[in-house]
Amino acid sequence: MLSTDDKKRLLQEMLFARRFEEACYQGAQERKIGGFVHLYPGQEACAHGVFKAARPGRDYAITGYRDHIHAILCGADPKEVMAELFGKETGSSKGRGGSMHIFDVEHRFMGGYSLVGGPFPLATGIAKGIQLKGDDDISICFLGDASNNQGTFHESLNMASIWKLPVLYICENNLYGIGTRIDRSTSELDQYKRAAVYNIPSAQADGQDVETVYEAAKIAVDHVRSGKGPYFLELMTYRYRGHSMSDSNAYRDDKEEAEWAKRDPIKILRDRLIEAGDYSMNEYKALDKKLIAEIDDDIVKFAEESPEPDVADLEKYVLADNDPYVRGSMN
Amino acid sequence: MANLMYWEAIRRAHDEEMANDPLVIAMGEDIGVVGGTYKATQGLYEKYGPERVMDTPISENSYTGLGIGASFIGVRPIIEIMSVNFAWLALDQIFNSAAKVRYMSGGQLTAPVVIRSPGGTAHQLGAQHSARMEKVFMGIAGLRVVTPSSPKQAYGLLKSAVRCNDPVFINEHELMYNLKGEVPDEEFFHPLEGSDVAREGSDITLFGYNISVRWSLQAADILSKQHGIECEVIDLYSLSPLDREGIKRSVSKTHKAIIVEEAEAMVGVGSEVMAIINEECFFELDAPPVRVSAAHVPIPFNHKLEQAAVPDAKDVVNAVLATLGKS
Repeated sequence: MLSTDDKKRLLQEMLFARRFEEACYQGAQERKIGGFVHLYPGQEACAHGVFKAARPGRDYAITGYRDHIHAILCGADPKEVMAELFGKETGSSKGRGGSMHIFDVEHRFMGGYSLVGGPFPLATGIAKGIQLKGDDDISICFLGDASNNQGTFHESLNMASIWKLPVLYICENNLYGIGTRIDRSTSELDQYKRAAVYNIPSAQADGQDVETVYEAAKIAVDHVRSGKGPYFLELMTYRYRGHSMSDSNAYRDDKEEAEWAKRDPIKILRDRLIEAGDYSMNEYKALDKKLIAEIDDDIVKFAEESPEPDVADLEKYVLADNDPYVRGSMN
Repeated sequence: MANLMYWEAIRRAHDEEMANDPLVIAMGEDIGVVGGTYKATQGLYEKYGPERVMDTPISENSYTGLGIGASFIGVRPIIEIMSVNFAWLALDQIFNSAAKVRYMSGGQLTAPVVIRSPGGTAHQLGAQHSARMEKVFMGIAGLRVVTPSSPKQAYGLLKSAVRCNDPVFINEHELMYNLKGEVPDEEFFHPLEGSDVAREGSDITLFGYNISVRWSLQAADILSKQHGIECEVIDLYSLSPLDREGIKRSVSKTHKAIIVEEAEAMVGVGSEVMAIINEECFFELDAPPVRVSAAHVPIPFNHKLEQAAVPDAKDVVNAVLATLGKS
């Protein structure tokens, strides 16, 4: 059970995530951020609930291109994440990665990847490494429903199951694969059933209620950490914006969007706290104002004012520097 | 100095590296209980157990990706892909994950995996088991590509590849696993860059790699004995990066060049070496460089057609004689 303080902290973090992503939207609109930008609003309860149940910064996490918030929740500095979107040398990946490739290895955020389904084997391999080392960390793989139509889903879950690897697959089912609705692309709508055929314990939960996510994730995390092998948790959610910012979002009808907006994860938690008498709308408004100011004055400003990478460093980071085995040792 | 077969040299390198570091593991189809299709991991399953000598499902892309993911946190996987033709299925993980992760993470993450895979035409294995694909791998930034032409190289290149912090693709050859050669008894690490002078000569340079080094050496013997022509043979064991200096040095000495490759000429090692010759030492040339390469066809099943598709020492001899105006 989450305490009132936990819930207040989650509310603050989720609202921060919402405002952070809106600042990314703004930056992209103003052409200060280039490339594809995939935003998280609507899905906040998923990552926040799961990380609350895990050990962010110590457990390994990996995801697809909708990665800003997952990185921040692992411990990445939001300033560096924003600077990465701006392509700056101070960015998480020194401006070489961009929005879709945030990395913070110090905090065990093992990256955002843009091939749909690509992280499945990587997360499974990290779990193999954990198992070999005998640590009690776990590997958490966050991906969307559409990635389950890639071969890597089936191949990776099969291996995780036969080798009992400590990997938790989180499926954030937002009902769309780019612009195609799940019932037009996928023969089994319940994703947790697809994992179950690999003899992996799996469950489905409401991804809009962070408390529900937390409770479901706790069972999942405990299972994986106890050495019983992989677990698959499907979270039913919805993204408010298009797949990426270049997506007009015309394929969804207004009625569907309005229905989901009623189940906004931030509103659900906020109203529950207010109803219990633990929080007030004024506190919420003050918090919101404070977060928006912090993001504008601190985070976006840092990104804007940071230097770009030096073109002279174009070929840096392709291969290891001065690796002695490149020269060899001929006895 | 032991006389080892190519597969024994590879097996020895595995064994030494696995004994040296508990995080070195071997993975692949049939490499454990069976001991490897070409015996490269024979006996290691019994010695190191199933956790470190992993028989994988037939899921090339994902077991390769699994090895790459494990390498992110310090594991050093040696991944065997049974035939390079199956490695096509793993290209996504090799190119998009292993080769790019250091760059796109700004140097934070690296994928020190070794991917070993045999390619080339053996004996009537048909189009889907006979292709070579080093040309595909060598064009990818962030990946090292080496290809051993002898048991000594097979041992030393694998040793260095395991220890190196970059992902390394090792292109082996089905026809070479039973080939014998001297391997030093003491441990050694072969350089992952550069080239070897496999035979010194002054009349013309033959550039080869992997099995085509052997054809080049056979041709050089014939040409020396029967025609008094002395070929220099350069072994390009590192295909990425290619040894620009070594190529330039030899062409500047002999002023003539033939590139011998088992693959089709199109977008291949030969075209790349020719480009380097153009860029580095064009005015040293006394004759246009020539490629000896495979026909531009999927490798046929029929024995005669198969032989006609792939070059051999005789083709090299003919190319040298033609270049020198002696045919």
